[in-house]
Amino acid sequence: MQRIGVFVCWCGSNIAGTVDVKAVAEALKNEPGVVFSTDYQYMCSQAGQDLIKNAVKEHNLTGIVVCSCSPRMHEATFRKTASAAGLNPYMVEIANIREQCSWVHKEMPLGTQKAIILGKAAVAKVNLNTPLTPGESPVTKRALVIGGGIAGIQTALDIADAGFPVDIVEKKPTIGGKMAQLDKTFPTLDCAACILTPKMVDVAQNENIRIFSYSEVEAVKGFVGNFEVKIKKKARFVDETKCTGCGACIEKCPQKKVPNEFNLGMDTRRAIYIPFAQAVPKVATIDPDYCNMLKNGKCGVCTKFCAAGAIDYKQKDEMIEEKYGAIVVATGFEPISMDKFDEFAYSQSKDVITSLEFERLTNAAGPTAGKLLRPSDGKHPEKIVFVQCVGSRCSACAEKGKEYCSKICCMYTAKHAMLTRDKYPDTEVTVFYIDVRTPGKNFDEFQRRAVEEYGVNYIKGMVGKITPEGDKLKVRGSDLIANKQIKIDADLVVLAAAIEPDKSARPLATMLTASMDTNDFFTEAHPKLRPVESPTAGVFLSGTCQGPKDIPETVSQAGAAASKVIGLLQKDKLVGNPCVASSDQLMCNGCSSCERVCPYGAISYEDKDFPGPNRTTKTRRVAVVNPAVCQGCGACTVACPSGAMDLSGFKNTQIMAEVDAICK
Amino acid sequence: MKVSYFPGCTLKNKAKDLDRYTYRTAEVLGVALEEIEEWQCCGGVFSTAKDEIASKLSSVRALKAAYKKGQPLVTVCSGCHNVIKQTNYVMQNDRDFADKVNRYMAEEDAYNGETDVYNYLELLRDVIGFDKIKEKVVNPLTGKKIGAYYGCLLLRPSTVMKMDDPENPRIIEDLISALGAEPVVYANRNECCGGYIALEDPKSAEKRSLDIIRNAKANGAEMIITACPLCKYNLIKNGADIPVVYFTELLAEAFGVKEENDGE
Repeated sequence: MQRIGVFVCWCGSNIAGTVDVKAVAEALKNEPGVVFSTDYQYMCSQAGQDLIKNAVKEHNLTGIVVCSCSPRMHEATFRKTASAAGLNPYMVEIANIREQCSWVHKEMPLGTQKAIILGKAAVAKVNLNTPLTPGESPVTKRALVIGGGIAGIQTALDIADAGFPVDIVEKKPTIGGKMAQLDKTFPTLDCAACILTPKMVDVAQNENIRIFSYSEVEAVKGFVGNFEVKIKKKARFVDETKCTGCGACIEKCPQKKVPNEFNLGMDTRRAIYIPFAQAVPKVATIDPDYCNMLKNGKCGVCTKFCAAGAIDYKQKDEMIEEKYGAIVVATGFEPISMDKFDEFAYSQSKDVITSLEFERLTNAAGPTAGKLLRPSDGKHPEKIVFVQCVGSRCSACAEKGKEYCSKICCMYTAKHAMLTRDKYPDTEVTVFYIDVRTPGKNFDEFQRRAVEEYGVNYIKGMVGKITPEGDKLKVRGSDLIANKQIKIDADLVVLAAAIEPDKSARPLATMLTASMDTNDFFTEAHPKLRPVESPTAGVFLSGTCQGPKDIPETVSQAGAAASKVIGLLQKDKLVGNPCVASSDQLMCNGCSSCERVCPYGAISYEDKDFPGPNRTTKTRRVAVVNPAVCQGCGACTVACPSGAMDLSGFKNTQIMAEVDAICK
Repeated sequence: MKVSYFPGCTLKNKAKDLDRYTYRTAEVLGVALEEIEEWQCCGGVFSTAKDEIASKLSSVRALKAAYKKGQPLVTVCSGCHNVIKQTNYVMQNDRDFADKVNRYMAEEDAYNGETDVYNYLELLRDVIGFDKIKEKVVNPLTGKKIGAYYGCLLLRPSTVMKMDDPENPRIIEDLISALGAEPVVYANRNECCGGYIALEDPKSAEKRSLDIIRNAKANGAEMIITACPLCKYNLIKNGADIPVVYFTELLAEAFGVKEENDGE
């Protein structure tokens, strides 16, 4: 028989305001197994915890029920308290009489009655609790960062600086990501390349970092501390160890008509290419879709001009297998396609461009060498219209746009408008906006400057239609403040396209069993308190894969993710969660129901011999749970038709005892 | 193949061309149009008032007649198509409304939006196929630069009409290509012609129509084709200086079933 102590917390007036805490303590005194029951103003305070510890000693308690807030809040606190008093921490149960009771009820009698019932259920459960001991597993001291944009770069550098080896997997031939394509960065207007490329060089030179560029994650197995990852290194048809990045092959390549993705197709590159001058690794890559040699065996010019003998047309994709203790997702974003937004005539006119294309048009390394010229005829645009929120905050048109705010567009549009007016004061610049959202250090000041100092014309309202005609773009929009329709004959229109997670994120999430929201952004373990951890242990989130962010925010999150990884990797052993499932193999019939519902891949099957009558043995297929992978969600225990699956700490008998106590 | 056919009032008066060429081209394609018996006006405009039943009853009757014959219902006029398709959508998705309508009609079997409604354009694309159309062309319209004019009723509301992308449609352009002509894409092809405002504020309608004609011509169109009698009326009335014809007439021309002395 247990000797149970009940501790009812007031939580100031949070609970005591709608629950008669003294009545609860009094009522629970008479429950089976309860030998002590009391209430206190703040049970989680030092004094409250001391009260529990003293009661454990004084009354020789074997189990504890704390009637307080949600277990997500303070279960860990009271487990530690129990532990300090010499009890097994898993002999503590929380009855949530705050979030699920006092906060949702208004009347004292009803709240009190419910609190008593919840307390009774917890007491019934503790009566069946047994001490649990968590297992341990080793930690592989190497981290994997998926994605080599600014988020991945910062995370990798921080982990490497702490002394742990890191691998970056980047699907493109170079690291750098979207930031490498930007011209200037708000709010200080320093050039993106000037602040990014030194970091890229740091990555290349850091002996703790390996870069797998032009590579993709193919498969992930294992669990926190012990991930096994398969990485596909795509054939680039150039030996990375020999290529010096001299560029002679590129100059001579006769295939000149390949759309240059780095400049978003606004100019061309060769079939053998280095994406941009500061690429890391600075190694050439052959594009198999365009290379004449790879397509029909006729060419081979690059081989002739490569002094290092690095060209290898026979190169094959390579599989790398590596073990990691932690995985950081930094897969970033893409602007959404403008296909469904043809009211802005993106498909009809070359002079309707996206903001990312505008970045390339104003960049010195871009298709126009930094001169702002119309893509259609190379003329200087005299009237430019910027349209914000194209596809963002689009709840009425969810099938084509996004419901969320993309967060970065107000600031980069202000930047584009300001820079245009600064460089070409003769240009008339108009910005259409729904709202201007510029929270952030020095952000609002920046946008005000665009309006007040640079004379950018901000119009509250949206553009309804753009009609290309002759060499003009007839822009029709509404001015909500003046309450009138506006028509502008523009030379160039820039659309601030919404951003969405990179397409590779969804399959990756499946491999990692990491959860995503409806927009395919990775979900964090807690939106406020655990923002850089995925709910899947050992998987961390960095940058825009978790939600729209600007560069300062991305870099801080990247650092935060790194510190979480470092905290994990510096441990030699990981203490597991003892509340894991296990299968009673005598009852298991090998039906696979549990395996199908397990979201973590923790369940596998093995053939086992069981003794039969007359000294025979019979081989049966039975479920086995890997306790290190199991997260204790309990889905398998519900799915199991034979009742073989059970969850330690939440055994079927315990749950039923709780239900009985509630229904009594 | 037999289908139920709802011509609509205008097709028996001002828009006889639309009707006549629909029949002729359907015949070429082996489609028998069975005109619904005693059909009534579609209602003219789909009323968005939730409790407005009376104006939708004639559409429901037409839909139900097709349902009883187990045939899809084919329309050709954009206006009728819009009203009938929207009415069918409400009958499918608004239980209360459908119950009210069914009780009001007081017939034995209830109707709950079972009929498939096709605009003739959709029939050509989705049931017959533009590649089949191409095979039937005897007078390819090679070299003709033709601007498709959609107007608003054919495409919107897109969640109900489900014909094409309302901002970047291509169904008529694809038909033009199938007939051997060259489609001209211009931004105003899905703008409103002015519609019924031509009665109350002719100046506004004129402005809208001229905007469309100018934009089509600026992009090289030598002819405009449409599915809507009201659009055609507004464009011509407001001074279109290039031909504006129904898409069925163009189809008839390409199929070689248009006669010289045709015309209203």
